[in-house]
Amino acid sequence: MVDKEAIPSKKTTLLFLNKESEPLFSKKNRALLTDPLDDDNPITVQVLGICSALAITVQLKPALVMSLSVVAVMGASNVIISILRNLIPNRIRIIVQLVVVASMVILVDQILRAYAYDVSKELSIFIGLIITNCIVMGRLEAFALGNGVWKSFLDGIGNAAGYGFILIIVAFFRELFGSGKLFGFQVIPDALYEMGYENNGLMLLSPMALITVGVFIWLQRARNRKLIEKN
Amino acid sequence: MEAYLNLFVKSIFIENMIFAYFLGMCSYLAVSKTVKTAVGLGFAVIFVLAITVPINFLLDTYLLRPGALQWMDLSYAEIDLSFLSFIMFIAVIASMVQLVEMIVEKFAPALYGALGIFLPLIAVNCAILGGSLFMQQKDFSGVTESAVYGLGSGVGWLLAILAIAAIREKIIYSNVPAPLRGLGITFIITGLMALGFMSFMGIKL
Repeated sequence: MVDKEAIPSKKTTLLFLNKESEPLFSKKNRALLTDPLDDDNPITVQVLGICSALAITVQLKPALVMSLSVVAVMGASNVIISILRNLIPNRIRIIVQLVVVASMVILVDQILRAYAYDVSKELSIFIGLIITNCIVMGRLEAFALGNGVWKSFLDGIGNAAGYGFILIIVAFFRELFGSGKLFGFQVIPDALYEMGYENNGLMLLSPMALITVGVFIWLQRARNRKLIEKN
Repeated sequence: MEAYLNLFVKSIFIENMIFAYFLGMCSYLAVSKTVKTAVGLGFAVIFVLAITVPINFLLDTYLLRPGALQWMDLSYAEIDLSFLSFIMFIAVIASMVQLVEMIVEKFAPALYGALGIFLPLIAVNCAILGGSLFMQQKDFSGVTESAVYGLGSGVGWLLAILAIAAIREKIIYSNVPAPLRGLGITFIITGLMALGFMSFMGIKL
């Protein structure tokens, strides 16, 4: 049973983003934001959210739009779940999370359709798949259900940024070598093509996304040896 | 009949959920350490995909798509509820997974023992929602077609996870560079397998 006196104090901490003792960007809070970029990257270390990460990295523009959408969805849903965390019965939490995430995704999808129709056509079903993106559910389960609003917000933004970071790196190499362009503008000079340079068409095919991420993981772990797995 | 067979083969090999669209990669990477668990999850995915895709097809045809409500009353013909499809599909998937879990537990305890732990995981497997969203894009003409598509995608997923699990069981014995061990080499192998699967492109029965 819940102690009756504990309830009001719980509610007041719910409303305040932070207890007065901790500044908004304390060291711990900054770590929430920066850790996912490298040491605790959602894609290369936590192995979350790979499903949609690979299919949309042929060009930089959709990758960037996708990253921003994930940042928006994760920030918003982490905050909402964190506000509701003491009200959600444990048994139905998955459904509640799914509903919150799905509503956020619908919002993002409608906004994209209204203001960036071409990109939203290109991303096709992958915007919808943010709902089942393991990063979103994983961070909701692992973090937002047990932490305050501000921290959950930082965690959401940080992890989404870590995800976007990988997406943009992979998309950068695939677009550069695959079609000689960045953001749709040609960057490899014509002179090079006249000398016999060819775009590597293989980079545009889906298998190369996997191999690029594999090589990236290799580089990251060679630099940061504590991430190496035993087997 | 031939069209169904064609669709079946196409959804297994050419439009393979993992090798062509990377759907369900999270569980694919997490659960592929041994063949036994991989097979369990694979069958659970087939099961759920083959059920949810046709159900969502009916939902889409008779409720969601523009003009779908015509069968109720002609004045509803202009209503377009397709923006609700994400939330409807995920709700159907989550509740179907629950239902399937209960049915399997009641009538096939042995199967439940094998699939049990994997069934709840499936609600958030991208391949399941992806199957329904692709179905919506493909404009299938009937329920059977969508059911065949769901079944085929599931079989393709099983095939992929079975293959990678078998390779991962063997690769423990090889001398992989330390930073590449585990996740890195799995990605690269999957990439190479996807290259292999590309050779199925253009096959038509």
